[in-house]
Amino acid sequence: MAGIEVTALHKRYPDGTVAVDHVDLSIGDGELFVMLGPSGCGKTTTLRAIAGLERQTTGDIRIGDTLVNDLPPAERDIAMVFQFYALYPHLKTRDNLAFPLRAEGLPKPEVHERVDEAARLMRLGPLLDRRPHRLSGGEQQRVALARALVRRPRAFLMDEPLTNLDAELRADMRTEIKHLQGELGTTMVYVTHDQVEAMSLGHRIAILNKGRVEQIGTPLEVYDRPASLFCAAFIGSPPMNLIEVEVADGQLRSHSGLVLTPPPNLPRDRRLVAGVRPEALEVTEPGAERSVPARVISAEWLGDEIIYVVDHGGRRDVRVRMPPTVRFTADAPVGLRHAGGTPAVYDVSTEELVA
Amino acid sequence: MAGSIDEAVSTGPARDHTRPARRGGGRGRAVLEVALLAVLAVVMLFPALWMIETSIKENRDVYAIPAKFFDFKVTMDHFRDVFAASGGGRSALSVSFLNSVVVAGVSTVLATVLGVPAAWAYSRFAMKAKKDQLFFILSTRFMPPVVVVIPIFLMYRQVGLIDTKLGLILIYAAFNVPFTIWMMKGFVDEVPAEYEDAAMLDGYTRLQAFWKFTLPLLLPGIAATAVFALIFSWNEFVFAIFLTSSDNVRTAPPAIAGLIGGTTVDWGLVAAASVVFALPVLAFAYLVRRHLVAGVTLGAVRR
Repeated sequence: MAGIEVTALHKRYPDGTVAVDHVDLSIGDGELFVMLGPSGCGKTTTLRAIAGLERQTTGDIRIGDTLVNDLPPAERDIAMVFQFYALYPHLKTRDNLAFPLRAEGLPKPEVHERVDEAARLMRLGPLLDRRPHRLSGGEQQRVALARALVRRPRAFLMDEPLTNLDAELRADMRTEIKHLQGELGTTMVYVTHDQVEAMSLGHRIAILNKGRVEQIGTPLEVYDRPASLFCAAFIGSPPMNLIEVEVADGQLRSHSGLVLTPPPNLPRDRRLVAGVRPEALEVTEPGAERSVPARVISAEWLGDEIIYVVDHGGRRDVRVRMPPTVRFTADAPVGLRHAGGTPAVYDVSTEELVA
Repeated sequence: MAGSIDEAVSTGPARDHTRPARRGGGRGRAVLEVALLAVLAVVMLFPALWMIETSIKENRDVYAIPAKFFDFKVTMDHFRDVFAASGGGRSALSVSFLNSVVVAGVSTVLATVLGVPAAWAYSRFAMKAKKDQLFFILSTRFMPPVVVVIPIFLMYRQVGLIDTKLGLILIYAAFNVPFTIWMMKGFVDEVPAEYEDAAMLDGYTRLQAFWKFTLPLLLPGIAATAVFALIFSWNEFVFAIFLTSSDNVRTAPPAIAGLIGGTTVDWGLVAAASVVFALPVLAFAYLVRRHLVAGVTLGAVRR
C-alpha cells in the first residue's frame, strides 16, 4: 500500500489538445480519493497517467516512494478497473482472475488460493466457469473488481466503473466498493462524473475543470463551501442558487431585497455573488417576517421533498427545497426568505470564493 | 429464361390467396413488383447463365442460329482446353491463372500486414493532423488507375519492374493498403482499447497486448477486408494489361481478354475460362457475406 503524489502534471497530445493543464494531488495511504468533473476535464487522463497508460508531457508521479514516470504500467504495482470492464472475452471468469497472476509468474497453488479468496470476497462462486458474455453487466463488473483485488496491488485505480450499470445496481456496487476499500485499506483513486457517487464514496474529492483542480476537500467541505463558481454550480442537485448581492448596512442584500447573513471580512467594491443552497431558502406565506415577495413558477414533487422554482425579482429564478408538507400551487404569491447560515460569497470577476 | 418469368409471375396470385387482402391495389402492386424484379433478375443473371451454358456447349451448338437454350450437347472439352495445351502440357491460360493466384494472394497478404497495424495505430493513438493523414491516404484511391498507369509504366521501366509479377504485386498492394487501413480502422474502433490497457497493466507491452488480445478479436474484420482486397487484385485489368506482356507473367483477366480478337474467337474457351476465373470470386464473396453479417460481436463488452 502506498500514497500517490502527483506534481505539476501536464499532458498535451501531439495534435495540440491539452488534456491536463496543471494538476497537483497528494493522495494519502489508504485513502479513497475521488476525482470528479465533467467530461473532458482531464480526470481520466490524470488517472491514466498514474496508471502509466499515458505518458505525461511534464510533471512527476510518485507511488509510495517510487518515482514512476518512466515505469511501464505493469511495474507500478497498481490495478485498474475500467468502465467497459475489459474482461478477456475468450477466458472463463476463473481464468480472467488468474490471468494477471499467471502473467506475474506466481506458482500454481498460490494462484489458485488467491483466485478463490477474491471469488469469495466478491461472491463469484457460481460464475467462475462462465465466460464474460454469459455474465450480466453487474456480474462482469464484480469480476473486474475481483481481478483487480487478486493482485493485491499498492493502489486501485477506478475509471468510472459503475457508469454502465443501471441505477439500482450502481447503488449496491457503490456500497460494496466502499466497504471493500475500507476492509482492505488499500489506496483507491476513483474517477467519476457522478457527484452522488463522489459524495457517497470519497474520503476526499478533487473537482477538476478544464485540466485544473478547482477544489480538493472532504465531501462536506466541497458541499458547504465550493471553492469557485464552477464547483458551486457543479455540486448539488439542484445546484446552488447564485444570487447577485451587495453589501449594504452590514448586510448582504440581493436586488430583490432578499437579506442574507454576511460572512466576516467581505471585500468592498467588488461585484459579488452569494451561493445559497436550495435548502437554505424557505418559501413562506406572503408577507412573512424577513421575506421578500415572490411567485412560485413551478413545483417538482419528488415525494420526500418538493423543489420550488421561485421568481423573487432577481436576475435568475431560485430553487428552494421544501419538505412535502409545505405546499404551494404554481403561480401562487409567496414569500421567500433565507433560512441558513452564512452563505459562500464569490467574486464575479475571478469566480473564486472570497468569504 | 422464359421459365423463370412464368414461375415468378405465377407465385404472385397464389400467395395473395393465402393472405388477407392488402389495402387498395395491393394485388396489382404485388404483381408489378414481382414482374419488375423478374425482369431485373433476367437482365442480371442472363450473362452469367449464358456464360455457363456456352462453356459446356459443343462448338457447333455455340454458333447455332437460332441459339439453342436447352437441347445442346454437353461437353467438358472447353474446360480441358483451359488447363491443358492442345499439344500436351499446361496451357498458357492455366499459367495465367496460377499467376493470378500468386499476384492476388501475395499482394493481399502484403496489404493486410501493412494495413492492419497502421489501422490500429490510427485508431489508438493521438497524432498530429490525424484526419489529414487519413484523408491523404484515402485520396490515393481517388485517381482512376488509367490516369496513373502511364507514369507508373515509365517508372517501372526505369527500375526493371515491367513484365514482372513483383511489379503487379507491389502496385496492387499499394492500391489495397489505403482501403485496408480505412476498413480496418472501423473494425479496430469497435474493439475497446481497454483490453490493451488491461493487458498492459497485467505486464504486457503495447505490441504484445495488440498481438495477444486485439488481433484475435479483429480476425473476422481482417478476413472480410482481405477478401475485398483479394477480389480487387484478382479482378484488376488495367494495370495487368499495361504492365505485363509475356504469357508466363500475365494474370488471368488480360489473358482471357487476349482470347478475343484474331480471325476466329473460340467462345467456348472464353466462356470456360471465365467460369473458372469467376468461381474463386464467388466463393470469397460468399465468405465476405458471412463475415460482414456476423460482424464483430464481442460478448464481453456492453456499450
